[in-house]
Amino acid sequence: MKIWDTKHECMPREELEQLQLERLQATLNRAYKNVAFYRKMFHESNIIPEDMQALSGLARIPFTTKEDLRLNYPYGMFAVPLREVVRVHSSSGTTEKSVVVGYTKNDIKAWTNLVARVMTAAGVTRDDMVQITFSYGLYTGAFGFHYGAEAIGASVIPTGTGNTDKQIMIMQDYKTTALVSTPTYAVTLSDRMEKLNVNPKGLSLRVGLFGGEPLSETMRTEIEARLGITATDNYGLSEIIGPGVAGECEHRCGMHIFEDAFIPEIIDPLTGTPLPAGNVGELVLTSLTKEAFPMIRYRTGDLTSLEFAPCKCGRTMVRMNKTMGRSDDMLIIKGVNVFPSQIRTVLTAIVGTEPHYEIVIDRKGAQDCMEIHIEAAEGIFFDEMKMQKAFLEMVEKKIRSVIGLSATVKLVAPNTVTLKEGKSGLVIDRRTM
Amino acid sequence: MLRIKNINTYYGKLHALKNISLHVGAGEIVALIGANGAGKTTILNTISAVTPPSNGEIHFEGSAIHNLSPDVIVRRGISQVPEGRQIFKPLSVEDNLELGAYLRYRSHEKRKEIQQDKETVYVLFPQLLERRAQLAGTLSGGEQQMLAIGRALMAKPKLLLLDEPAMGLAPMLVQEIFRVIEELRSRRGTSVLLVEQNARVALKVADRGYVLETGKVILEETASELLANKDVQRAYLGKDKKEIWER
Repeated sequence: MKIWDTKHECMPREELEQLQLERLQATLNRAYKNVAFYRKMFHESNIIPEDMQALSGLARIPFTTKEDLRLNYPYGMFAVPLREVVRVHSSSGTTEKSVVVGYTKNDIKAWTNLVARVMTAAGVTRDDMVQITFSYGLYTGAFGFHYGAEAIGASVIPTGTGNTDKQIMIMQDYKTTALVSTPTYAVTLSDRMEKLNVNPKGLSLRVGLFGGEPLSETMRTEIEARLGITATDNYGLSEIIGPGVAGECEHRCGMHIFEDAFIPEIIDPLTGTPLPAGNVGELVLTSLTKEAFPMIRYRTGDLTSLEFAPCKCGRTMVRMNKTMGRSDDMLIIKGVNVFPSQIRTVLTAIVGTEPHYEIVIDRKGAQDCMEIHIEAAEGIFFDEMKMQKAFLEMVEKKIRSVIGLSATVKLVAPNTVTLKEGKSGLVIDRRTM
Repeated sequence: MLRIKNINTYYGKLHALKNISLHVGAGEIVALIGANGAGKTTILNTISAVTPPSNGEIHFEGSAIHNLSPDVIVRRGISQVPEGRQIFKPLSVEDNLELGAYLRYRSHEKRKEIQQDKETVYVLFPQLLERRAQLAGTLSGGEQQMLAIGRALMAKPKLLLLDEPAMGLAPMLVQEIFRVIEELRSRRGTSVLLVEQNARVALKVADRGYVLETGKVILEETASELLANKDVQRAYLGKDKKEIWER
């Protein structure tokens, strides 16, 4: 498989660290000079930006949070005058005021190349027809992939969102080979194809790039089987740049973070202490090349871990594992960090599909305890008591081995589990009630 | 090839370079741009140990050179062309060039080699050949600059430190000088670290550049990105805010 920017993506570690240090020093000096927020932050924490001598020194700088970005709405975090900003996007903040991000001409060019790296790693070439089904609007997704694909030389079909029947018609007639969509929309497309009697295998589709929501392994398997494509995962967020932060190579062993442009750190979401490589924690990113919207130690809220071992593809860039959920979702039970997504993964793996369940946390005396209620359904409910007991014990054992904490698993009658917006897996924490 | 990490240089109490880190790859032309007093020349002088750093690391081809004396650094393959040429005016062109090979001059076997190297410089700068016997002080500004570069080349550098080669030269001559810089890179693979007030010309030949401000690096980008950067345009390319608006 091709590599878009061999010089940077395969840079020897030592050279990379030199480049990172140079760019970090320049970024800190520039942010200090041009952004009032950072100037104040440095003053308050008694840090002189030009004193930063090593990458490890980054840990002394305070974090930048989404709250900081909201407080500086709309342009407070910009490091260049608006006259030099050629594009404005906004993050997908669901409530309140969303975050406004800006790009200079150079930023757009750099972003384009980063997305081209992601798409090349996914197998997109100049011979591809790329259908982009994201919304062409304030969000970064559509434009990011659009520019990246054009840089590679692929042909872009900017269909935008909606009108599924037309999307399918275009897919057939224009001979789309690469699909850019949310995982959910890929499923919607294949559902619709089934109804319309369109055989997805008869299409020219061969690759899919997904964004907007996490691509779970179950979802990936389903999409690959139903659409007959290779589904690849990538990572990005508007606050940092949009798509183009990290992308999966053909070996599918995590997403390569483009470290010449971003420094990743993993921190303990509670204490803020950086964690050694391999540990699961919150991803913190620092931009190294951005002119208009530099981000220093931005807390992404995404939980993941980093893998520094070299990858077979030849890229020297660190890999991040699939995000395991949001740090705000993390539970602390008996002092152990538990991510609801871990429980979801275990249950889905055992049952085959995602069962309806809820997680109840309570306190008995001074002890925290966790119960998981699963609704009875085919494949979960057994006539024989013995088998039923064995099944529940197996689930308990599996959960204990994954999260390192025992939970009581109970089978409950159908339609008794609390759903939130139609989704199961709700966490009910009675300890605080 | 050249890797600098966190160098600090002082002139007495004046902190001239504040934690500067930069690198020059093999065969790369890198420009340092910035206003007067930003520390561009100090960086070159620090590399060549004319004004050694008080701390920090400078590595050249994998080994540390920040504790070495200027002559050893020249021997390692780094030559500096100082600002204002600094040629030996009462000496002939030929003698000036031979002085550039000073480190090799004492061994007799090397004399022939030096002769050949002089010929190469004359190929690069035919004007110098015509004036080989003339006193250096009688040369024009452009020719003096050529001589200064030629003299530096006599030490067979792998890395050339060029300080303001275009200063005070007519546009035609500036082009000539930069043509030679590019030729050195393509023919000999010489790396160049270039300080230039005339940022536009410098960024045209350079691969990458660093922007300096009061002893700090504030930007590292490719030369084409720097040319497109509005801050750089305004501050160092002579494009005024007003001008941008008017167009």
